[in-house]
Amino acid sequence: MAVFAVVAELKDGAARKITLEMLAESRRLADLSGAGTVALIVVGPLAAGEAERMASYGADRILHVEGASLAGYAAETYAAGVQAALSRATPEALFLGATAQGKDLAPRLAGRLRAGLASDCTGFELHDGDLIARRPVFAGKALAKIAWSAARPRLATIRPNTFAPLGPDPSRKAPVERVDLPPVEARARVIGFEKSEGEMLDLTEANIIVSGGRAMQGPENFEILRKLCKVLGATLGASRAAVDAGWIDHSHQVGQTGKVVNPSVYFAVGISGAIQHLAGMSSSRTIVAINKDKDAPIFKVASYGIVGDLYQVVPLLTDEFQRALKE
Amino acid sequence: MNILVFVKQVPDTETRIQLKDGIVDTSSVKWVANPYDEFAIEEALRIRERLGQGKVTVVSLGPDRVKEAIKYALSLGADEGIHVQGGDVALGDPLAVATVLAATAKKVGFDLILTGKQGVDYDWSQSGIILAELLDLPHVSVVVRLEVDPATKQGKAWREIEGGAEIVEFLLPAVITAQKGLNEPRYASLKGIMAVKKKVIPEWTLSDLGVDPASVSQAAASVRFVEFSLPPPRQAGRMLEGEPKDTARELVRILHEEAKVI
Repeated sequence: MAVFAVVAELKDGAARKITLEMLAESRRLADLSGAGTVALIVVGPLAAGEAERMASYGADRILHVEGASLAGYAAETYAAGVQAALSRATPEALFLGATAQGKDLAPRLAGRLRAGLASDCTGFELHDGDLIARRPVFAGKALAKIAWSAARPRLATIRPNTFAPLGPDPSRKAPVERVDLPPVEARARVIGFEKSEGEMLDLTEANIIVSGGRAMQGPENFEILRKLCKVLGATLGASRAAVDAGWIDHSHQVGQTGKVVNPSVYFAVGISGAIQHLAGMSSSRTIVAINKDKDAPIFKVASYGIVGDLYQVVPLLTDEFQRALKE
Repeated sequence: MNILVFVKQVPDTETRIQLKDGIVDTSSVKWVANPYDEFAIEEALRIRERLGQGKVTVVSLGPDRVKEAIKYALSLGADEGIHVQGGDVALGDPLAVATVLAATAKKVGFDLILTGKQGVDYDWSQSGIILAELLDLPHVSVVVRLEVDPATKQGKAWREIEGGAEIVEFLLPAVITAQKGLNEPRYASLKGIMAVKKKVIPEWTLSDLGVDPASVSQAAASVRFVEFSLPPPRQAGRMLEGEPKDTARELVRILHEEAKVI
């Protein structure tokens, strides 16, 4: 019986959305493989009611690893935690989020278990019981299918916003098994956090992104985009040109040397559409381009295009959205 | 302080990816040093300059062409370069690559290892971290600011995470993977470019490193590509024309009422 395991990603002891997304895909694969089960591996403190909630989202069994070393995330201690859980279950596949934490932890596990890791996956297929992963390469300029060697588990990180969580079913229950982890030394440990600007979601998690490019002309003009972001609850992005000019921090960059994003709606404002930018945002469901140059390559990928002056169009859009969303 | 930097050669980000015989066609690709590795090289040089001592050794694994990436790093100011001729190493398998890099690191010796957070080709984002695990070292990934103190054998790194930066304290030796924003890489000086001509880049093979070729071969690869495809082209979009006020209103109507995405 095939076991598909998910390493939960938590925030303050509660499951982040990516955890529910991974449970949904694991559930689908477990059912597809015929009577497979979904094991959820939780490392570190868990908030009250969370085990029940995660069962309702598709987990059959919860392995909860606890220990004095697991108060906060550290790659070395969490790798030991996941490894301890794997002594109780032998999964066919082990999924982690393609998040800051999952992308930090998964390669540690791959090295420790000498098992293959497919990063940043956006789909899975079962062929005669064998798992194949789909993932973008070259920031989305091409797509690849990946197979694993005979080593188990097959490791994969899953891109956030790719799979929809299941509707919760409160009648679904999962036993919780406690796994104790003896103290483990972490030679790299988190001692603090510096918050970046505003209340915006991270680009990789954002449902709506408003990005500015070279035509923003300077840091001060990004205010125009920030206003639109505020009205839409969107996250601010930027092209490499704007970042390299020093107008905005690199953490906002979308493209091959920035973030690869897949929001519902992507606004490209004053962005011409260099190939390395297109690679990072072409999988957005709806793309809106606003540019003065009607021949800009961005219009070739845009669902909707406006040829015009962003300094006129964007404030008008902001007002119109404000009115429409108030109704 | 001995700083080891691993550099990969990748297609330039301006490259339009095409397939030939089912795999990525690299015949007309312009090869460059991986952009994230450039931040790693720059950081190594800055640490050496700040300390006023130390040595920066740049290593690249791959066919003969990767010598160009090593020469580039030398022209920027790296002290030594080593070319690891991998032979039939499965370059598409991060575990195989990290295994060879780990053996190289042991042979060279180091106090700190720097590399890019990912290659902008296959986007695995793995080999630096696997390398740390194989060498039994701590690591900090996706680093945007770094402080190291060889006297206390400690360091502090700011690593980018969702919504901000985590501050991580670590013990040396360690592996650090570089994110954009860590620094502003310099350009090669004419003097630097001329100096490269005098440098000898030793070539190491798997047997020099004591690595069994079978263990890192394509047949032993932990992951392999079974198929490539190009993303479907996007449907031609709709252009909204007219006065700014009208196009803005029309766009909001479409997104809010028709497509219902906002």
